[in-house]
Amino acid sequence: MENIRDMLLLLVGSSLVSNVVLSQFLGLCPFLGVSKKIKTASGMGAAVIFVITLASGVAGLIYKFILQPLNIEYLQTIVFILVIAALVQFVEMFLRKAMPSLYEALGVYLPLITTNCAVLGVAITNVQKEYGILTGIVNGFATALGFMIAIVILAGIREKTAYNDVPESFKGMPIVLLTAGLMAIAFCGFSGLL
Amino acid sequence: MSKVGERLYNGLIKENPTFVLTLGMCPTLAVTTKAVNGLGMGLTTAAVLAMSNLIISLLRKVIPGRVRIPAFIVIIASFVTVIQLLLQAYLPSLNDALGVYIPLIVVNCIILGRAESYAYLNPPVSSLFDGIGMGLGFTAALTCIGAVRELISAGTVFDINVLPESYVPIRIFGLAPGAFFVLAALTALQNYAKNKAKQRGRNVSVFMSGCSEDCMNCSETGCSKSFYDSEAGSRNQQ
Repeated sequence: MENIRDMLLLLVGSSLVSNVVLSQFLGLCPFLGVSKKIKTASGMGAAVIFVITLASGVAGLIYKFILQPLNIEYLQTIVFILVIAALVQFVEMFLRKAMPSLYEALGVYLPLITTNCAVLGVAITNVQKEYGILTGIVNGFATALGFMIAIVILAGIREKTAYNDVPESFKGMPIVLLTAGLMAIAFCGFSGLL
Repeated sequence: MSKVGERLYNGLIKENPTFVLTLGMCPTLAVTTKAVNGLGMGLTTAAVLAMSNLIISLLRKVIPGRVRIPAFIVIIASFVTVIQLLLQAYLPSLNDALGVYIPLIVVNCIILGRAESYAYLNPPVSSLFDGIGMGLGFTAALTCIGAVRELISAGTVFDINVLPESYVPIRIFGLAPGAFFVLAALTALQNYAKNKAKQRGRNVSVFMSGCSEDCMNCSETGCSKSFYDSEAGSRNQQ
């Protein structure tokens, strides 16, 4: 039971309390770039959940069974970034062949994820905090879930405020950043949760 | 050596990576809670940028266009690893303060952007100084933002008390939301300047970096696309 409780705490902690975008600033580019519409934002969110969960599992396995036995942990940055890039390519090819319907839904977002620093960030955080493989996967999933929550909320707000009268200088990115700042304040409220 | 001076000026002022190109926003927001952290992050990135620019420029005739992005990433990641080990050994406090953002220098748009748009096309010496200039521009920007946030959130700059005792610090500027607000104000100022220039009929030049002219639009035009756009490499081959 203890274990399940820990996992649930980790789930809440990584998705809400230390939200990947709003408190750690990882994955900011897609967060700001793909959040114009709820539909695309949720597509991006789903793709990120898929890739990060998979990548944290694969990175965890590689770290435990290849890097650690060979005593080359210091190569983690190089290995992880290459593994993530290759993984995204493979996932894209696999989905195109095996699950065309899922590929239709996620395909366009997949190439954008390689440079999403959240993927590499999660893999490295898992190693730094010495999570086991299963814990690492849960942490990855929770982090990505936090990303999806944040991007969908931001897209909702942007849809509502798209036709508002914004001062000339604040049009475009500044107003989105202000919105994100207010959301970050709201998410600060979760910090008392754990 | 006017070329060297020109490169340094270009990186520091004319195409400042943060204020003009708005590249590499993740570390810009995350580590600038204090001026000293901004300075540390900036110098670390500058070192990686200068070294990777130099090596990529030396190897530019060897790296085939089609696999250039993976090659760049391996070179950049190697330097990041070296820097990370050096920091762990000699500046452990800075390493702890910057934490996960040190390895994440690998995915910083600025470095890949300069590799792609400058170092891959130009000789080593000017590439090295392009890297130094861009790195110093990034450092200056991060230190500025860090100083502003530290001043508002704690009344200090580089841990030295600047404001009178009676000043009540606005703590939120040291937390995550403050980063968004400072960046929003910054981009708004930049927009204001651009609009002013447009009104006066000056044409606002669009800067092209290898990444995209605006990292905020990364998803549509930017860094990630160039990963898969192998055709773009062939132009460099001619």
